[in-house]
Amino acid sequence: MKGVQFRDHEVVGDILDLAARYAAEGADELVFYDITASPEGRGVDRRWISRIGRLLDIPFCVAGGIRSVAEAEAVLAAGAEKVSVNSPAIANPGLVDELAHRFGSQCVVVGIDSQTREGRYEVYQFTGDPTKTRSTARSTLDWVSEVQARGAGEIVLNCMASDGVRRGYDIAQLQAVRAVCGVPLIASGGAGAPEHFAAVFREANVDGALAASVFHKGLIRIPDLKRQLLADGIAIRPPEGDAA
Amino acid sequence: MSFTAGTVALIDNGGANVASVVHALDRLGVNAERTASPERIAAADRVILPGVGAAADAMARLQASGLDRLIPTLTQPVLGICLGMQLLFSGSDEGNVACLALMHGQAKRFPSGALPVPHMGWNELRLRQPHALLEGLKDGDYAYFVHSYALPVSADTLATTDYSGEFTAVAARGNFHGAQFHPERSASVGSLLLANFLRLPAGSR
Repeated sequence: MKGVQFRDHEVVGDILDLAARYAAEGADELVFYDITASPEGRGVDRRWISRIGRLLDIPFCVAGGIRSVAEAEAVLAAGAEKVSVNSPAIANPGLVDELAHRFGSQCVVVGIDSQTREGRYEVYQFTGDPTKTRSTARSTLDWVSEVQARGAGEIVLNCMASDGVRRGYDIAQLQAVRAVCGVPLIASGGAGAPEHFAAVFREANVDGALAASVFHKGLIRIPDLKRQLLADGIAIRPPEGDAA
Repeated sequence: MSFTAGTVALIDNGGANVASVVHALDRLGVNAERTASPERIAAADRVILPGVGAAADAMARLQASGLDRLIPTLTQPVLGICLGMQLLFSGSDEGNVACLALMHGQAKRFPSGALPVPHMGWNELRLRQPHALLEGLKDGDYAYFVHSYALPVSADTLATTDYSGEFTAVAARGNFHGAQFHPERSASVGSLLLANFLRLPAGSR
């Protein structure tokens, strides 16, 4: 599923077909969000994860409703490389320590939904359901530092104000987070044109750029995007089939 | 694609990526057996040691099952993946642990403050020595890495990549082989390396 500023979610197609298409086109990693998992208080349905795991020959991460080591273990055993925790880590920060201790930091992604509130960046929770979304009153920068200390191996920063509106990533916020983030940082929210990707790599020095709607709607094709980024001098794996 | 790969034992040492490797072999038409049984591993035509996690924990698990003594006696092709490769080397600074010493070198942590650690992402391979394991791979091919510790370049190094300096990406000594990257998640490049491993001569067993 995809969302526009976390509202009006729509089904965009069979995830196996989409996953196969994106992998064949040269996506470097896929992230599967079960965005309704946390607000509804349920875990992820794992049968599809095994099917994705059999199909994909690129890394993938599963996010949504992973609240325990046992739930993470089931997701990883089904073939995912990483689990991403967001709301459950806010409710129980010790979960990040437990996951990192059991599986290693490289398996543990912390997703953070963040936007400006009262002059600072604040962490938001339950963003999958507009009626339950709320600020946690936590500083985003403090939370980024804390989860790293607890063993997070990657941060996906979703800048809520720019999410789904396709006017570009929130460079200023990503730069602020980059300054306190010593693990891989993935930008999320705002991609609308190939130049937005180039800008976020150049200006915010992120390790990855995540996008959904522009790919799902066919507004940007991954091979075209990667060729453009390569032409712009950004080091990135060429589309499958292009000469190295 | 078809192979006369014979039986492939995938050592189930508690690592989180065992399922990914099973799936990758399955895509190549090979039905690997996940096992921690010394007898099953000894009897297989090929052995893969995957691994994600911490070196000291992984060595402790190999010792608990007696595999630390078995693996050095294997004469069939063996492939260590990621931490599985590091376990085939002399030792690791991660938990300051002695490993199986089938290849020479000590895994060291990436320097902090330079590039993000763990190193997670796609990097270009530099081929340093011709080897059947690298058949069809090219300089500049991208592979997917996930690790915080790396092996320095040595006489056993077949290919390298750069991340805060050059390190060993693929290595071999005799029947022991290793890939620091994840061939099971490195798209066509990874699939090629796995297929090459499955085609290696089965040895003198």
